[in-house]
This record gives sequence, structure tokens and C-alpha cells, in this order.
Amino acid sequence: MSEQNHIKLADESLARQTTTLNLGPTHPATHGVFQNILEVDGERVLKAEPTVGYIHRAFEKIAERRPYYQITPLTDRLNYCSAPINNIGWHLTVEKLLGIKTPKRVDYLRVIIMELARIADHLVCNSVIGVDTGALTGFTYVFQYREKIYEIYEEICGSPLTTNIGRFGGFERNFSDTAWAKIDAFMKTFPKAFNEFETLLNRNRIFMDRCIGAGPLTAEMALNYSVTGPNLRAAGIDYDLRVAQPYSSYEDFSFNIPVGTTGDVYDRYLVRNAEVWESFGIIKQALEKLKDLDPSVYHADVPEFYLPDKKDVYTKMEALIYHFKIVMGETDMLPGEVYNAVEGANGELGYYLISDGGRSPYRLHFRRPCFIYYQIYPEIIKNGLLSDAIITLSSLNLIAGEMDA
Amino acid sequence: MALTHEHIIRLLQEKFADPQLTFEEPYGLLTVTAPAEMNLKLLQFLHDEASLQFRFLTDITAVHYPDRKGEELCVVYHLHNLKENVRLRMKIYVPVEKPDVFTATKLFAGANWMERETYDFFGINFVGHPDLRRILNVDEMDYFPMRKEYTLEDPTRTDKDDEMFGR
Amino acid sequence: MPRPVQYNTNEKVKLVDMPEGYMGEGFMATSFEKVVGLARKNSLWPLPFATSCCGIEFMATMGANYDLARFGSERMGFTPRQCDMLLVAGTIAKKMAPILRQVYLQMAEPRWVIAIGACASSGGIFDSYSVLQGIDQVIPVDVYVPGCPPRPEGILDGILKLQELVENESLRRRHSEPYKQLMASYGIQ
Repeated sequence: MSEQNHIKLADESLARQTTTLNLGPTHPATHGVFQNILEVDGERVLKAEPTVGYIHRAFEKIAERRPYYQITPLTDRLNYCSAPINNIGWHLTVEKLLGIKTPKRVDYLRVIIMELARIADHLVCNSVIGVDTGALTGFTYVFQYREKIYEIYEEICGSPLTTNIGRFGGFERNFSDTAWAKIDAFMKTFPKAFNEFETLLNRNRIFMDRCIGAGPLTAEMALNYSVTGPNLRAAGIDYDLRVAQPYSSYEDFSFNIPVGTTGDVYDRYLVRNAEVWESFGIIKQALEKLKDLDPSVYHADVPEFYLPDKKDVYTKMEALIYHFKIVMGETDMLPGEVYNAVEGANGELGYYLISDGGRSPYRLHFRRPCFIYYQIYPEIIKNGLLSDAIITLSSLNLIAGEMDA
Repeated sequence: MALTHEHIIRLLQEKFADPQLTFEEPYGLLTVTAPAEMNLKLLQFLHDEASLQFRFLTDITAVHYPDRKGEELCVVYHLHNLKENVRLRMKIYVPVEKPDVFTATKLFAGANWMERETYDFFGINFVGHPDLRRILNVDEMDYFPMRKEYTLEDPTRTDKDDEMFGR
Repeated sequence: MPRPVQYNTNEKVKLVDMPEGYMGEGFMATSFEKVVGLARKNSLWPLPFATSCCGIEFMATMGANYDLARFGSERMGFTPRQCDMLLVAGTIAKKMAPILRQVYLQMAEPRWVIAIGACASSGGIFDSYSVLQGIDQVIPVDVYVPGCPPRPEGILDGILKLQELVENESLRRRHSEPYKQLMASYGIQ
């Protein structure tokens, strides 16, 4: 069977008495499908060889076939723990290509959705670091709040996980009263629950002993390997796209960028926790700012790209024509070449779009942070213990969908 | 002093007085098109030069233009100067019969997997790469799927009927 | 003073119905199949084979909100040797297919397979060169749960349907001729 060809016994292993261990694609520790062939000397890891591609779904090729609005469901499935960030990033890219300017209210609503997604992703990552060290309670406490975030998404766009949220120019419908009620309920109850989670693990003696010093990542190595996101910030570099190249009115918000020092597992855990608090603060600020804006605005006025209201389609001629053109993909797209990046939960999620004026993109490439920073894994676990290798893997927050695309 | 596009263009034209070096600015991102042999020299200069310091490699990818005869495959590098917050795009064109490009792995360690992915999808041979083999597709695959002549679906499949599925 | 004994008179705890049989003083005669079916269906140990987004929805099913453990699937064993139900959640690429087959072969009889999600059932939205168009190309499947991703209630419904299948399965099924032909068509001994 061909999968046995992937595992090669190292030549040195017989001479040096090392063991070749296959941390295979199906393993409870690898949260996602990627394989690592480790060469261990007792408990010490000497070498690691990662293999990816076990969930390669050919997104870039599929994107060349689909019209622009049909690519949004494809982007959901990149980093599926924080799907709205991918969706909104794609919408921002196409809006940059077409020169569409969204109203402030749309920007603030997008910020709320993106920060909720970031909280959801970091909750998964941190609770899973806890699970891998043996602390399962945090996971069960925190997942309840992910369900609450899912309920908010369901109210807005209909789907909890793979959201396909928004359209070019805004949102498909205004946030309903139930959605606002759910967001308010979440804002009231989340701080207490997250505090509980932090008191379980942050200063827990066993957790700290396990995590401090495991998988350290220096700043030079991180920059050399093009690492971005919380992993880079834990190594000490404060590069955050929301501050460096603000999009969707992020410049109107004030928040800190948490930065670590040694880049080990404990730093990454703490940086993600701090980012959850920062995101919470941003959502609070957004809710305040929204009070001054006209509550009926939820999309930009771009009839060529934004589907008109159904009742207009049935009664007005222009709306019918626009509806037909958009759905059949007959709208004239501008030819051009644009690179747009957003701060995903894992780092700089970039979209390189080349349009030739046709119905579907000529070339769409996703700059996926997980794929690029998985290369550092063999370097940072060298000479560490096997159990440290496991928690390093979960602290890097590798999402297989984003890695393979 | 902020790093402006004019400054970059001037420095590049002074250092490499090559008529094939062209500049464009689509959507505010300076794009340098260079001949294929110069890519490593250009990357090295952009990396080392004190006022340029493009030390962060954002991405490497490729595009296939079957209509441009003699330079069908285009390798695109996205670079970023984190201190001045300036981005740069570099494009080099290679013919599909001999798609050899010098590797950037010695300069940027992160280029390793980016180049493997570009090789896997387009067949670009990165000369000097430590471990150039397929990364995302199955190892036994014998064609380069992102090239325009290949279809999205598996050509050897027999179970789905084209008439019913409207392809 | 000894503590008073308390019996479970709480109606909220649902007990399984007794199978039909002939009861007498201190004994009950029923068919072996029924008892075995009852025991098997209420303690299916799942092997989560979660690859992508359906895996996250499966994690939500396992969580406290849509608890899977109340149907008997308390222990998630991550090794095929100890599980009877293989839950394939997520897209299976052609690179992953031999591994899926290997995992299925390592499971001991009786074993059941649920394909969760559109990608596992038929390739889903990814009609491309690298995605296996349905896991039934490589292993036999008992229940398909459609959805992209299916809601946790949908996954629970799929498991309940499997429980019905398990309850009514004949003990001779795995040695019967149609089953052997099914296995032969997949190339499994």
C-alpha cells in the first residue's frame, strides 16, 4: 500500500539505535491530517520530517472555474475554525479590485464578526493545548462559548460553522434583534467564563512546567521562515496587519498587540489569551460606535455586484436585470492584479487575485499562514522531548484545511 | 525618511542597468518585472541594501499564461519591508520548455515549501533547492495540475456522467 | 442510623426497553440476537476520523451541548483496534484514501461506518482531481449523513439510525453470502 512508502526507516536508526516513530495522519494529537515521521532517541526527538497534502482539495484550481461570489463558500473551508475572517478577507480583496467603498456601519459590523471569529479560533487552540497536556476541563468549559458564537452566526447568515457570511459591499441582511440580543448576552457572560478558564491553566504549576521552554522560537528564525500571527508575536515581533495595514476601519479602534519573549508554548498560549481579551475590547468599542450610526445601512450601494432585494426584483426592471447579470456572471469585472491580506487568526492570510475581466478569476492564490509556518516545526522540536513535540504541535494552531487548501 | 516607490525604482535602475527591468504599480503595489536569471541577484540586493531591507518573504507563487509564447510561466515573489511597511512584487517569466529558476532558499528559509508548492502545481524547476519534490499532491502524479491545459476533474474518472453533471 | 436507601424513581433517566421474551420466576428466555443487539447498540465506541470542517462539528457533538455520550458513545478510542464505529467526518483526499482503508482493515468485526458530511459521502463541493468522490469507493458504508457540515443534531440522527441497524442485525450477517460478496467487491478479505 502506498502509504507505507511514506515511512522510511532512517539509515542511522540501526547504527545509532534510534526509533522511527510515525506521528501519522490519524492521531489524536495531530488535530488535523498531517504526518510527522520522527526519529527519537529514547524520549529525545532528533529529526522530524513533516508530510502534508492529506486533505488537498485543489481550491486554487476550483476557484478558476467558479464566478466570484461562488468562491466565498470555498474560502470558508480554509481556516474553518474562524471562517468569517476568510470570507470577509475575500470580499475585501474583490472590493479592492473593483474600488468599492463600504459605509462605516458595514465596516464596524464586519469588525464585530471578525473579532468573534478570532475569539472562537483562539478558544479552540488554547483549550486544545490544555487537552494535550491532560487538562480536559478547560475544553468543556470553553466550547460552550463557541456554541454561543455559532448561534450568533446562525442568526446573521444561517450557518454556524462554514458561514459564507456577507456579500461584496456588505451583508446579505441587517442584523436582526435576536442577533443583537445574542451578542449582548455573549458580551455579558463571556468574561466570567474566560476568567475561569484562565484561572484553571495560567498559573497552574503543572501546566507551566510542561509548557515553559517547550518548542522555543527565536525572532530571527520566525522572520526567516515568514511566520506571522500569534506565533510571530510570541517570538517578540509586534507585526499585526490590523495595525500595519488597517482594513475595514480598524484604524478607528484602539487595542494593544500582545507580544511574548521566548516564543515557547507558554508564550504562545499567553499571547492568544491576551488577544482574546483585546478582541473582546474591540467588540465593545464597536458596539459603542454603532450607536451613532444609521441602523438601516448594511451594504454599499453597488447594484452591479450586490444582489438587489427580492421584492425589487419582482417589480422593477433594473433590479431584475442586475439580478440576472450577477447570478449568471455577466457583470463586467475589472481586469487587474491585486494582493490583499487580512490578519487571520493564524497570521497574514493573503489573497493574490489576477482577473482578466471574465466571469471567474484567471488566477487566485491563497497565502496560507499555516502552510508557511509548518516548516519551522522540525526546527523547534529538535533535541526536545517527545511530549514537548506534541504540545508544540497543538500550540502552533495548525488547521489542516488552511495548510493544504 | 519614508521608503517611496521612486526611491526603489531609482536604486534598482542604478544597480542593474538592464532595459528588461520594468516597473508597474497596480493598486498601489510596486511590481518589478525582471529577466529570469537575475532573480536571485535582485532578491539579494533588495535584502541587503541598507535603505531597502526587504527582509520578509510573504509569498512565492506562479501563474500560467499559455498565450505568451516563450514566457508562459510567471513566478511571482511578494516581499515586505517590515520596518518601513512597504510591499514589493517581483515577477519573472520563464518558458514552459525549460522552467529553471534559481532558488531563494538560501536567502529566505521560508521559501523552501513555497517553492515546493509552486513546483508541485506548475512544474517550475528551482535550481539549487535542497528537496524539490511534490508537497500537496500524491507523489505518483505525473502532471502539473494548475497549468491551464489540465481540467479540474480527474480525467481518469468513470463514475460521474458528464451529461448529468453538466461539465 | 443507616442512610435510607434511595431507588431510582427519577423518570428523567431513560431505561432501555426489555426485549420480548418468556419471563418466569427468576429467569427470562429471549432470543440471543435481541440481547446482543441491545447491548451493542447502546455502547457503540466511535473512532473519530475527523479530517476537516465536519470534524469541528463532530467535536461540537461530543461537547456538552449536544452530548454524544448519552447514547453510549462515551469513550472515544483513537485506535481502530478497540472501536466498533468508524465516523469519517470531512473530506478524504486521494492521498488519504489508503490510510482510511488501512484503518478500516484494522478494526475488528463487527464494525460499522458512518460517512458524515457531503465530502465523505460523495466528494461534496470538491469535484476535483485530488478528492476522493465518496468514501464508498474504498470502504463499505452503513449510514450517510448529508450536510455541509451537518448540524450536530444531524450527526446524532445518523448515529441513531445506525443504532437501529445494529439492533436489528442478524448474528449470521457477517458470515452470509451477500456480505462476503460486498467485501469481495472492495477487495477486503
